[in-house]
Amino acid sequence: MILNVARKELKSVFASPMGWIILALLQFGFGTYFLNGVNEYFEVMSGAIRPAERTGVTMFIGQSVFGLASFVMLFSVPLLSMRLISEERRSNTLPFLFSAPLSLTEIVLGKFIGLVAFLSILVAMISVMLCTLNAWADVDFGYIFSNVLGLWLLVASFSALGLYFSSLTAQPVVAAIITFIALFGLLIVDRFLTGDDASLANYLSLMHHFQPFARGLIDTADITYFLLFIITFLTLTVRRLDADRLRG
Amino acid sequence: MTTLTVEANNLTRIYGGREAVSDVSFTLSKGEVLGFLGPNGAGKSTTMKMLTGNLAPSKGSVSICGVDMMENPKEAKALIGYLPETPPLYREFTVDEFLAIAARLHGVNAKHIKVAVQRAKERCGLSEMSKRLIENLSKGYQQRVGIAQAIIHNPMVVILDEPTVGLDPIQIRDIRALIKVLGGEHSVILSTHILPEVEMVCDHVQIIDKGKLVFNGSIDILKQQRHGNKLLIGLTKPPANDELLKVPGVEAVETLPNGLLSVRYAAGQAPAEALVQAAVAKGWGLHQISPDQTSLEDVFVQLTYQDVAA
Repeated sequence: MILNVARKELKSVFASPMGWIILALLQFGFGTYFLNGVNEYFEVMSGAIRPAERTGVTMFIGQSVFGLASFVMLFSVPLLSMRLISEERRSNTLPFLFSAPLSLTEIVLGKFIGLVAFLSILVAMISVMLCTLNAWADVDFGYIFSNVLGLWLLVASFSALGLYFSSLTAQPVVAAIITFIALFGLLIVDRFLTGDDASLANYLSLMHHFQPFARGLIDTADITYFLLFIITFLTLTVRRLDADRLRG
Repeated sequence: MTTLTVEANNLTRIYGGREAVSDVSFTLSKGEVLGFLGPNGAGKSTTMKMLTGNLAPSKGSVSICGVDMMENPKEAKALIGYLPETPPLYREFTVDEFLAIAARLHGVNAKHIKVAVQRAKERCGLSEMSKRLIENLSKGYQQRVGIAQAIIHNPMVVILDEPTVGLDPIQIRDIRALIKVLGGEHSVILSTHILPEVEMVCDHVQIIDKGKLVFNGSIDILKQQRHGNKLLIGLTKPPANDELLKVPGVEAVETLPNGLLSVRYAAGQAPAEALVQAAVAKGWGLHQISPDQTSLEDVFVQLTYQDVAA
């Protein structure tokens, strides 16, 4: 049942050219960065620096591509997540889901999975693009894997937050703006309070937990952070929809 | 033997201290069509939302075919098809796509989805529109898609909130015929504020006013109320009212502002023929005679008034 809801969401993204255009534009952006990365690698590494300071091609290109990807997702996820519930609220289609034999949890999970599935296409395309380097060089697959996992968890967290803000309002644009502000705040909160490594702000920052993945380090504490983040906002969304039913 | 499909017990819904629906109880058996009447804002839609589990009642309970809506919402909802006031349509899909999604979400077996979609389209006269985007359909066709999604999984109870709004007369006739057909195998609840519609399709009628059920009974009782034992007579040379009272069966005569006479007669009597004969014999210049049908408002006021008096 959850998958049926997810399928419906995915279908509605691709029902209009929106879905295809987003995929194409973003892939174009990543592709350009990837090519630039390859060119720069040869320029930078052609003997200008000492051998000890040289980095591998995977890391050099990966850093720029995944850095861009996490930044681009900050803008694109709110735009994709905004319509999930608020659009349904605005066009009065929520009763359709509410009167179908579905629990609220199934509806929310379905919508979440639908969006994450769409974003996974992007993440998958990035990783395939980087893996093509293997034809000419020895690619560090571990590094790519950790980056892909980190990006995927980051994107899923963005989606959960976006889904929640989408359930608060009937105006998709408002939902997008609030989501963007909230994400931006969570990303940079550690910039304001640097120094103390153990501070609460540091712990809450999404970027703080994404960084280890970007360096190629998979830490279960970070994975747990992202999972808790996702579960928290999905639960809040369910509660928000339940309030609709109770309060009317 | 009749089986109960819908049971509502003391449904109450409070919005900010005001009771939008209070203490509504009724039952519906298999194969019955129930008409829900009432003026705007009477609580029709609120009651329907509670019946379909879209809104939690403040007090009371709903059970569908014996399954409680609060305790087993999924099982209960599977037995219901619901068309809300505004048809819930995903405008970016075609009719076929949308109905397939509706079927899937309502738990129709994957193998039967095609058949179910086909059947729902035929029943609602949508076969020509299969590949059209819902966005581009006219209001009437959108309404039909709304009805199609409500009946796609062949539910035990079909709940339609003002199904004929925005349709042209021919479509209204089709939809009414469809509702009658549905009434044969399912239970149907429909809300409306058009009295003739209720007369045509419903077996049972409920009138709701200010959240309270003021009338609950069979359609025949309402029909009697509506006809109200009155005749409307137009005379070019009307005699004194006493003359008319001499005609057997006539109980009271009232002159209406538009010059016509409203004649009330005793229940069970039919003084029409006697009146015509008297008019011809005495040269009153009869030019019109017809049963005086009171409007919905009149019946409504009457019923509300009776309820207060009782």
